[in-house]
Amino acid sequence: MTLSADRTTGRLPDAFLRPGSSSFVDFLAEHAPDRLPGNRVMPAGVTDPASLSPHATTIVALTFDGGVLLAGDRRATAGPMIASRSIEKVFPADEYSAVGIAGSAGIGLELVRLFQLELEHYEKIEGSLLSLTGKANRLATMLRANLPMAMQGLAVVPLFAGYDLDKGTGRIFSYDATGGRYEEHEHHGVGSGSIFARGALKKLWRRGMDAEAAVHVAVEALYDAADDDSATGGPDTVRGIFPVVATVSVDGYQRIEDAEISRVAEQIVAQRRERGHLA
Amino acid sequence: MNMPFYVSPEQLMKDRADFARKGIARGRSVVVLAYDGGIAFATENPSRALHKISEIYDRIAFAAVGKYNEFENLRVAGVRYADMRGYSYDRSDVTARGLANAYAQTLGTVFITESKPLEVEIVVAEVGATPEDDQIYRLTYDGTVADEHGFVVMGGQAEQLGRKVKDGWRENMSLGEALRLAVAALGSGEGSSSRTIEAAQLEVAVLERDRPRRSFRRLARQVLADLLADGAKTSSGETSGDDLPPADELPVGTATPGTATADTVPPDTVPLDTTDTGDTGTASTGADTTGTGPEGPADASPTEEKPDERPEAPGGTPETDR
Repeated sequence: MTLSADRTTGRLPDAFLRPGSSSFVDFLAEHAPDRLPGNRVMPAGVTDPASLSPHATTIVALTFDGGVLLAGDRRATAGPMIASRSIEKVFPADEYSAVGIAGSAGIGLELVRLFQLELEHYEKIEGSLLSLTGKANRLATMLRANLPMAMQGLAVVPLFAGYDLDKGTGRIFSYDATGGRYEEHEHHGVGSGSIFARGALKKLWRRGMDAEAAVHVAVEALYDAADDDSATGGPDTVRGIFPVVATVSVDGYQRIEDAEISRVAEQIVAQRRERGHLA
Repeated sequence: MNMPFYVSPEQLMKDRADFARKGIARGRSVVVLAYDGGIAFATENPSRALHKISEIYDRIAFAAVGKYNEFENLRVAGVRYADMRGYSYDRSDVTARGLANAYAQTLGTVFITESKPLEVEIVVAEVGATPEDDQIYRLTYDGTVADEHGFVVMGGQAEQLGRKVKDGWRENMSLGEALRLAVAALGSGEGSSSRTIEAAQLEVAVLERDRPRRSFRRLARQVLADLLADGAKTSSGETSGDDLPPADELPVGTATPGTATADTVPPDTVPLDTTDTGDTGTASTGADTTGTGPEGPADASPTEEKPDERPEAPGGTPETDR
């Protein structure tokens, strides 16, 4: 299968010219299945496949008035070790949606790259955007293809958030490793520190918050997760590494500047200091 | 006694070329021209859904005239080619030159081997970091590639419209100026009759140099109407949520109409036969240029015929092809 190659004649391969689906993943599955991330065979005898790739940790999402926010800490772990202090796990999926990953980092990052391309490819071929539910379903399909890997310990658990242009609201979708898709309301979290982050979100989330308040809540939830979960990284003021926080609204995807996150993080630390050691 | 049925290769190629040209000439023209902030594409197309101008990749756009189903097929193939390449390597490894080569080989092969040539003419354009890095490739039904400078007109009355654009085009035009020139050219019909084309009848898109990542943008009707109005007052452009600066605020450099003659660069066209791309300096070899394919020698024949077919303009200037 020489797809992008066209080595012998230089012309576009017939597969490119054949009318077909608007999905890049379908196109790959049909004409170059070896390039799909899920189609790898794990060699026998690997006792602990999960140790092959670092583990990405906590992602939180919450809605606010006029949009949705997605945030993730910056740590990846390999067993008890910190594999990365500055990994980014929250990405724009397209102009009106964002995706964050927890679980096996290598596979997760590849999944995100393919998902971004999938949405862009559809948009270019069709000349219009997929509906938000359509995007969420595409991600579920792609995740389902990864099930064999997940069963061997290389699971990816994404969190998908986007602005629904038809309904005019932000929406959150969570997934399980089998490709199950669940719509979440108000707020949600995935990853190792999500138990603590969700606890914090439950207490801090308010109806009708604006984007600025939502950023504060997200950073505080991640702060709580980092406080109790060793695999979640807190704001690193020494190195200047802060959680990735992005909002999606009618104006599109927007990543909040590090300077702003730094300011919010300092505020939270100051509040906690005031409350006492155990806060 | 029956004579064996024989058609000389020259006649065969000429018939195919005439057939393709006739099909292309029926369509409405597309004007592609460089302006100071990128590359603009304009055509008369009342449809909002069936596009003749499309995005291929971050910095690359596609424009076509001719049979819709044929160029739509090529467009989709181009998007697949670009996305596949970008996915396999990196986004920066997708180039207009590579795509133009792939299109050229495809068109060339179909012209020689299929029962009918594709009745299309294509422009593949890539906006660079500076105006010097802009690339505009024009591909004809037989697989000929031309590396154009500044502007291209193709379709219906390409020759006539091309002359008009040639007279008015200069480097560093503002977007408003460029579009007014393009629309004026599109509206100039047979003879001296000219008409004004409404913004609603136009399909206009730009590759904007300063946009991060995906630089392709369609101009909404209102933005376009304001730009065409005369560029003096474009205040309502902001209402459509557009970040484009009004035409009169775009930096036009020193090239004001009065001094334009000094800056005017005659458009020079480098006609390239697809089989020669490996040898010419302008299109240096890469992974895509594999030299002469099996259909290579046959590919060359339609090009060699050109002086006979188009005696009106030797040298392959943009207005020669119809």
